[in-house]
Amino acid sequence: MADPIPAPPAAAPASRVAADEGRSRFEVFTYDDRIESGFVLATVLWGFVGMLVGALIALQLPFPEANIGPYLTFGRLRPLHTNAVIFAFAGNGIFAAIYYSTQRLCKARMFSDVMSKVHFWGWQSIIVAAAITLPLGITTSKEYAELEWPIDIAIAVVWVVFAVNFFGTLWRRREKHMYVALWFYIATIVTVAVLHIGNSLEYPISLTKSYPIYRGVQDALVQWWYGHNAVAFFLTTPFLGLMYYFLPKAAERPVFSYRLSIVHFWSLVFLYIWAGPHHLQYTAVPEWAATLGMVFSVMLWMPSWGGMINGLFTLRGAWHKLRDSVVLKMFVVGITFYGMATFEGPLLSIKSVNALSHYTDWTIGHVHSGALGWNGFMIFGMIYWLLPRLWRTPLWSERLANVHFWIGTVGILLYVLAMYTSGITQGLMLRAFDGAGRRCTPDFVETVEQIRPMYWVRLVGGTMYLSGVVMLMVNMYMTIRRAPKQLPDPAVAIPRTGGLALVPAFAS
Amino acid sequence: MPRFLRADGAHRRIEGWPLVFTILTVLAILVGTLVEFAPIFLVHGAVEPLATLRPWTPLELAGRDLYIREGCNNCHSQMVRPFQDEVARYGPVSTAGETAYETPFLWGSKRTGPDLARVGGKYPDLWHVRHMEDPRSTSPQSIMPAYAHLLTDPLDIDDLPARLRANRAIGVPYTDAEIEGAVALARAQADSVAARVREAGGPDQLADREIVAMVAYLQRLGRDARAAVDTARTAAGPVAVAH
Repeated sequence: MADPIPAPPAAAPASRVAADEGRSRFEVFTYDDRIESGFVLATVLWGFVGMLVGALIALQLPFPEANIGPYLTFGRLRPLHTNAVIFAFAGNGIFAAIYYSTQRLCKARMFSDVMSKVHFWGWQSIIVAAAITLPLGITTSKEYAELEWPIDIAIAVVWVVFAVNFFGTLWRRREKHMYVALWFYIATIVTVAVLHIGNSLEYPISLTKSYPIYRGVQDALVQWWYGHNAVAFFLTTPFLGLMYYFLPKAAERPVFSYRLSIVHFWSLVFLYIWAGPHHLQYTAVPEWAATLGMVFSVMLWMPSWGGMINGLFTLRGAWHKLRDSVVLKMFVVGITFYGMATFEGPLLSIKSVNALSHYTDWTIGHVHSGALGWNGFMIFGMIYWLLPRLWRTPLWSERLANVHFWIGTVGILLYVLAMYTSGITQGLMLRAFDGAGRRCTPDFVETVEQIRPMYWVRLVGGTMYLSGVVMLMVNMYMTIRRAPKQLPDPAVAIPRTGGLALVPAFAS
Repeated sequence: MPRFLRADGAHRRIEGWPLVFTILTVLAILVGTLVEFAPIFLVHGAVEPLATLRPWTPLELAGRDLYIREGCNNCHSQMVRPFQDEVARYGPVSTAGETAYETPFLWGSKRTGPDLARVGGKYPDLWHVRHMEDPRSTSPQSIMPAYAHLLTDPLDIDDLPARLRANRAIGVPYTDAEIEGAVALARAQADSVAARVREAGGPDQLADREIVAMVAYLQRLGRDARAAVDTARTAAGPVAVAH
């Protein structure tokens, strides 16, 4: 951020004339950092809440006495956990990334401060509504779309406000060229709108109950078109945008390849939509749909790894910086988990693999390596980078941030390895026949007994990850406490003549 | 292609036109959407209900909505896959036709507990009552939560006509008689479930509690599909022995 141009030192009347002349040659505006701070705080708060619910439901599995009915049973809390971590934690994290980077990439303040506030408070209200309605059993049952129709309408309204605010900023931009992060934000905003509206079409019978307008196979296909592309366009594309902005900033290196960013952006956006039916392998959907889902999911490996490669190769010549930067540590491990999850996803989409993995904990392991590794760590890296800048004071403890990094990483590994073990064990047990053609495990509950210890290991891993978030909260609190009282929005001065002609920093 | 991607190429120009870029993005995501949806939505008869498929009775629909409320689909699937071990464990493979009247679909995506697509008729009504009240009373190693409140909370069936009407608007063939008589039909079925439970030695006075709806729903799962299989078997005649 640039300081306002200082007046040249001179005698009093001349200096004022010179300063006025200087100011008229420059357009001075400010970035909205207050809204940014709000989104950062909301991200961390909801991350803690969502993961705390996650730890509780993780406990409820091996220890069913922890189900406190009727409101706090696993069946009612699991959707609260998923909605909180996806829409409250990742959601606010996405908005933090978009609001910070879009203003700077456009060299323009957000289009409307009022819309920014409506977006922020509207979104937090939606989350509170979710936290109230879901334990009450007010739910559609459709995964990641459990919220009933009044809240769906609120989501659509707030999303439109967000879209207008974002596209308005693009319209008002002073930097004519759109950097790659902005392409990913555009894809996110338009596609999430289409998916949400498509999957939320419901026939209401009361304020708290509705039925989808789709039935049976149609409902299944629409649900997983939505469900998979919630992953694609809520948990992937905005985070790639985050990566493309914050990683080169933190590493002080240019992004590896401009051409790769073009190729992987368009192939990702095009291919992802087709992958939905990979959630429905060997179910009652038509086989052609399931096969398309499989084939396109396998193809999707390439554009995903294009993103990973562009990210990791950006650190060429800068790997030594990891040693002293928790931000870079978080980003590198995050991008690596992205690569692993986007290899595993296509693998799990293959019908023969899916025959074993579907309905088991392997799917849960896959989700959490992506969610905790990619989404979580990219958000943490971004926040550790933003904290000193937004609050104009050094991070309270680099050491605590590093402990967060290590405990989080070990937590993820315990989590996913426990889930791989339990998933594959259960899958193999259920399908085993002995030499006489009898099932080796006639009772389903025997598989539950076998994998129960892994549920405890997963709880340990998840709790370690949660404790890392607590460390972030402590660090954030102590940093903000030391912040100066006055935090004016950063000012930028742009020359009026000619405008900017920034060339993005790409190595090739 | 390489010139298109150069720093002074055509793509570079699009990167300066947000509206064009946005429209192209929307088109990109619509292609997959349309290809995968068109056949299943536009081809008439793409999803034919089973010949033996009947809509849920009013009480069963109430029970289904309780199943949704409690989030049972988070741990139980309802989809038997075409694998030997699944047919052996659960029953006939699930077909598209048998789910034609289900809104929302409840195929599930996780088996923390067993699949329920063929649970109808597998256990007596009293077993389900005991299992909901305390799963470990029927299955000592179960990790399922207890749902004792289903035995004490009153069953709310006043809005059943509205529920059936909504389902009919979405395409489930309920008749006017069924909609108008929904409450009476539900009460009658609830009484018979409660009577069976009482006769088997179970708790009394369950006829106006939520548990009877849940039991009625669970006991229906897979019945229409089994009826279709039985009909097909009868029509096909004796099974030929392979030589």
